[in-house]
Amino acid sequence: MAQMTMVEALNRALNESMTADDRVCVMGQDIAVNGGVFRVTKGLLDRFGADRVFDTPLAEDGIVGTAVGMAIYGLRPVAEIQFSGFTMQAFDQIEQNMARMRNRSRGKYPISMVMRTPYGGGIRAVEHHSESREAYWAHTPGLKVVIPSGPRNARALLNAAILDPDPVVFYEPKAVYRAFREDVPDEMETLPIGTARIAREGADLTLIAYGAVMRPTLEAAEDLADLHQVDVEVIDLLSIKPMDTETIVNSVTKTGRCVIVHEGPRTCGIAAEIIARLNEHAFEYLLAPIRRVTGFDTHFPYFQVERHYLPDSETIAEAVRETLAWE
Amino acid sequence: MPSQTIQTSAVRGTPDPTSSSRAVPPARIDLGEIDDLRVLDENGEVNEALDPGLPDDELLRVYRAMVLTRKFDIRMLNMQRQGEMGTFAPGFGQEATQIGQVYPLAQRDWYSPSYRSFGAQIWRGWPMDQLFLLWDGFFEGFAPPPDVNDLPFSIVIGSHVPLAVGIAMGIRKKGVEDAVVVCNFGDGASSQGIVSESMNFAAVFKAPCVFVVENNGWAISTKLEQQSGVTELARRGPAFGVPSVRVDGNDILGMIAASTRAVEHARAGHGPYLIEAVTYRMGVHTTADDPKVYRSDDEVRAWEGKCPIRRMERHLTERGLLDAETIETIGTACEQEVLAARESFRKRAIARPEEIFDFVYEELPPELAAQRDEYLRRLGRA
Ligand SMILES: Cc1ncc(C[n+]2csc(CCOP(=O)(O)OP(=O)(O)O)c2C)c(N)n1
Ligand SMILES: [Mg+2]
Repeated sequence: MAQMTMVEALNRALNESMTADDRVCVMGQDIAVNGGVFRVTKGLLDRFGADRVFDTPLAEDGIVGTAVGMAIYGLRPVAEIQFSGFTMQAFDQIEQNMARMRNRSRGKYPISMVMRTPYGGGIRAVEHHSESREAYWAHTPGLKVVIPSGPRNARALLNAAILDPDPVVFYEPKAVYRAFREDVPDEMETLPIGTARIAREGADLTLIAYGAVMRPTLEAAEDLADLHQVDVEVIDLLSIKPMDTETIVNSVTKTGRCVIVHEGPRTCGIAAEIIARLNEHAFEYLLAPIRRVTGFDTHFPYFQVERHYLPDSETIAEAVRETLAWE
Repeated sequence: MPSQTIQTSAVRGTPDPTSSSRAVPPARIDLGEIDDLRVLDENGEVNEALDPGLPDDELLRVYRAMVLTRKFDIRMLNMQRQGEMGTFAPGFGQEATQIGQVYPLAQRDWYSPSYRSFGAQIWRGWPMDQLFLLWDGFFEGFAPPPDVNDLPFSIVIGSHVPLAVGIAMGIRKKGVEDAVVVCNFGDGASSQGIVSESMNFAAVFKAPCVFVVENNGWAISTKLEQQSGVTELARRGPAFGVPSVRVDGNDILGMIAASTRAVEHARAGHGPYLIEAVTYRMGVHTTADDPKVYRSDDEVRAWEGKCPIRRMERHLTERGLLDAETIETIGTACEQEVLAARESFRKRAIARPEEIFDFVYEELPPELAAQRDEYLRRLGRA
């Protein structure tokens, strides 16, 4: 057992996955010599050599497209896109090839690869470095979308993503990268993709979140318990697609009330999909309309005002209280 | 630069001992011919034949612009280190490349800059207090001043290049003015597909666009040899039908000679031009970067003697236009100008959260207006 940040835990996962399977290779901008701009890939070049750990030219569509080709050939590439804002440059290859080659080849060429990328705001970054566009990838058939919330699940989910026979978009909450440490077991760990985690048990209302906003969400839950004797259940989605409908439905069936939190824009965001599923499967148990606490339908603001855009524990707690007050 | 051929060589790991391909000799690639340009050498000596022949006051104006750029740069870096500024990409060492690329532009011309272009932006008329605002996370810093035909600088590598070409296509298609567009990008950016697409569009439509690739040797930790199969990036141009020149980017007179030639070519209706400015990023990639991880001090030291500002200083001193005292005076005046801009920035640096909604659409759709109103209510501002 070791105390690790998310960066260290992800690095651990890459190390153990590369050790376990020599088809796994790591590629991207500044990931080899520099060890990645966030140091997630630090030390991999020395340990596994330049054939398996290599810097690419500065072209995201090139990175994803060639990773797909390498996957067709039978390697298991883990491609890093330096910031999720730059996955847009790779949209073509993600949508046309990464997501559909299994289907286009009628199963001959499954694409077992991972596209890792840091997403989200809160680190005073320059323009284009704070976006949360997971909804794009969740909307794309053929992709899986995974978003960890802490060091331990990040490590286990990245291992699972690398083992997965399908292409996985792995969104790393960069605001959490070095925010806290957590015990990470020594032995290799995986988590099943598609399974949510009950982060806190409760009876009065279900709070659903994922990624970086898990922290303010849990904080809101604790504050509500301390100050208002409200007992909130918190679900950490972990996997956006496939989504663990069962866990969500069971919880809301029990509590009858639900608030969903994400930092991406509201319209057609992940919360909208969750609400639709609850509508389909838990309608008769709902005691109040489901609320969303999300980013605005605006461009991610420049960093002087970014905290006004990001959901915080106060806004979340307010939405919970309003939902509880609804008759 | 003479015509060059390179040999392709077998890739490690490919050989299959039984494969007949082993007997095939590597193909030869003819890279053609492009010009190499330098006017002012490292010792401040001028090649008279190529000298663009600037009058004395212009020489001093250009020198001062480089000094101002560096003073601004150093101040930004200090402010960042003291927590008064966001992440910042210094331009230390690239001052001649910066000023030289926009030197021949008139007010009616356009400029599409990348993030390390503040020297050129200042030359083009962007107030420094606004650039401070920009780097400190205020979106209003991005707004092009009313009388400056420039785009907000681009952080997304290469994505501003087709915009420059599109503006140039507009100029050509409308045909009412002889304006030109200058667009700069890095050696790393040259790898982006859109940059190649842009050069091709410009050539096809004879767009009056001058591409300036600032080859500073590095894209964060990725060195040029890792970035590009052809390390003389000017050689890309001819393949698209774009005339190209490779210039010493630390030579301000060479830069001005190249950009003047390119701008005149584009203005005359002959289409695009590519300038490769060979320079070096003396400092960090950004303030979040640690170059010690990927490059040696020796490499950096080798470029110290090529400083574009010292080089021009030597030349102007030789011409009798500068001496120790005037150098000092100009330095102090530039520093004062930067400090005055910092004062103004500090007065203007007031966050206004409602600005998040101001420019998403011409008119806020009802659903977004509702989000804003709800938010302002929470802030207690409505
Ligand atoms: C599309 C895109 N991908 C990645 C990045 C991250 N990034 C910022 S600067 C940079 C290197 C750019 O190198 P170069 O084009 O040579 O310009 P320089 O920084 O040397 O001026 C990278 C990879 C980005 N900003 N945009
Ligand atoms: Mg560069």
